[in-house]
Amino acid sequence: MSTVQDVSTAPVVAAVPKKAMALGPLASLIILALLIVTPLFVKNFIIFQMTMWLIYAIAVLALNILTGASGQFSLGQSAFYALGAYTSAILMEHVGVNYALTLPVAGLVCFIAGFLFGLPALRLSGIYLALATFALAVAMPQLLKLGVFEHWTGGVQGLVVTKPDAPEILASLGLKVSQDMWLYFFTLAVTILIYIFSVNLLKSRSGRAMMAIRDNEIAASAMGVDVSLYKTLAFGVSAGITGVAGGLGAIAVQFVAPDGYTIQLAIALFLGVVVGGVGWLPGSLAGAAFIVFVPNIAEHISKGLSGAVFGVILIIIIFLLPNGARQLAYLAQGLIGKLRKH
Amino acid sequence: MELFTNQVLAGIATGAIYACMALAVVMIYQAIDHLNFAQGEMAMFSTFIAWQLMQWGIPYWGAFALTLIFSFVGGIVIERALFKPLAKAPVLTHVAGFIALFAIINSVAGLTWDFTIKQFPSPFGSSPFLGSQLISTHQAGMIGVTLILLVLLFIFFRYTRVGLAMRAAATLPESARLVGINTSWMIALGWGMAAAIGSIAGMLIAPVVFLEPNMMGGVLIYGFAAAVVGGLTSPLGAVIGGFLVGVFENLVGTYIPGVGNELKLPIALALIITVLVVKPNGLFGRTIVKRV
Repeated sequence: MSTVQDVSTAPVVAAVPKKAMALGPLASLIILALLIVTPLFVKNFIIFQMTMWLIYAIAVLALNILTGASGQFSLGQSAFYALGAYTSAILMEHVGVNYALTLPVAGLVCFIAGFLFGLPALRLSGIYLALATFALAVAMPQLLKLGVFEHWTGGVQGLVVTKPDAPEILASLGLKVSQDMWLYFFTLAVTILIYIFSVNLLKSRSGRAMMAIRDNEIAASAMGVDVSLYKTLAFGVSAGITGVAGGLGAIAVQFVAPDGYTIQLAIALFLGVVVGGVGWLPGSLAGAAFIVFVPNIAEHISKGLSGAVFGVILIIIIFLLPNGARQLAYLAQGLIGKLRKH
Repeated sequence: MELFTNQVLAGIATGAIYACMALAVVMIYQAIDHLNFAQGEMAMFSTFIAWQLMQWGIPYWGAFALTLIFSFVGGIVIERALFKPLAKAPVLTHVAGFIALFAIINSVAGLTWDFTIKQFPSPFGSSPFLGSQLISTHQAGMIGVTLILLVLLFIFFRYTRVGLAMRAAATLPESARLVGINTSWMIALGWGMAAAIGSIAGMLIAPVVFLEPNMMGGVLIYGFAAAVVGGLTSPLGAVIGGFLVGVFENLVGTYIPGVGNELKLPIALALIITVLVVKPNGLFGRTIVKRV
């Protein structure tokens, strides 16, 4: 018994026009200025939290490229995040590579891993792909604990990573930059690079090909788009960027251990995409803010029921703003437009 | 050879747990076309209700029946309140909704009944079944209940008006609506039935894994694995898949050196991926032809 199903009836994500995927230049500059100025006025702990926020924003952005642009699901991003974190940590602690140089390696390793994982994932779509990646995320901590790799990974105990100092050239210029502050600006620079790369990727031929696949796979292949190539490429790029985020995360937290990269991390990243708005890259910042700060707020409201409070906040958001922060931005844009006319 | 038979038997016994859970997973997949990630938590919550009722002095079967009714109504209420308004939202939003539901149920259960492990009684006792040390009467009873459920579901979907209407609503919603089926309520009914089946699974599993708010985490993953192996569209496949996963897990743990308990879970997951890649519709699933 076979059933015919119309592909177009169940889109994985609502189609997002290409232009809508990034912010205009003015808004971008304002956000950038805020990101540069704020840490100068806050305590070190808050700077650390902001660093983690940017790192998660990179990871959410990576998932957003996969889901928002190519229309593929993943609940397994924590596996690539872990892989990147371990690559950086091992290179720094066992090989003695400079922390900044470990990031491209982490990205490359994860790109290859993601590309390879994308090959079997090609045959899956929607919920099946979610399941397969979910399986990957659940298996990852177990694999990291394996005795075979213990010499490198430190087994259950994990690895301690040294925190990098600000380069001496800054001190000789008379600028006192704390480790946290330096790490924040380093992370910010990486974030900006990755953001520019992603925006340009989506504007390019490859980005258009991915979006064509998202909107209608069969039609895209009929128009000559190499579906399998671009689908795996999206997986690879997304995993690679996640790996860079993972490496940065390892440096910022100064510690990697298998239990830091459970399925909960993958779920958090996924929620970040939904809250930030699927397919809207700047939304990654909003989504990351949600996963970094909302659990704290929930904990604050009620200790025993923090999970329930978190769930309720999430439900409120998906009810009021099914398209996440993107919808909020559009509303704001509409308001400003109206004000200008008057 | 004896080791082999023993391991297969033990595998079937654990497989019954997975089969039960897989049945609930397939049930809801039939109705709404999504995998409910909060299914395990819903089943856990129902089991706690049953436990609470028994603490208040209601006999087992009374509590069992009340829990079934509670779960059925609860499932419908969740669908009406939470997921009906989201019916037109993209799949991603639904998954986020399931995760929210998961967090809420887990947290509320933890606060109400705390995280200590509780004993849950079994109606079948726990003496050896037919003199075999490997399979207890409870496990035999569990297999029996799973099979009875399967037959009931088969009859329901094949020979009753409501069952047929539900199938129609799930396969071709538009056409079903045109012949006068209230598809929206069919989905709610699917939620209710899935919640009820989940509660049966929970009450059968609880005597084995003990009752606590996180008891379903592992079981649900195996339930997914079983449902995928059997094909997400076939209740029979889900049950067979459950037994297969149980036996497979046990045999791999016994015969492949170095696997042990640590790697059992990754192996179940590798099984999901392998089946998905080789035969995406599972062993018994129907093929869905896509057109533009």
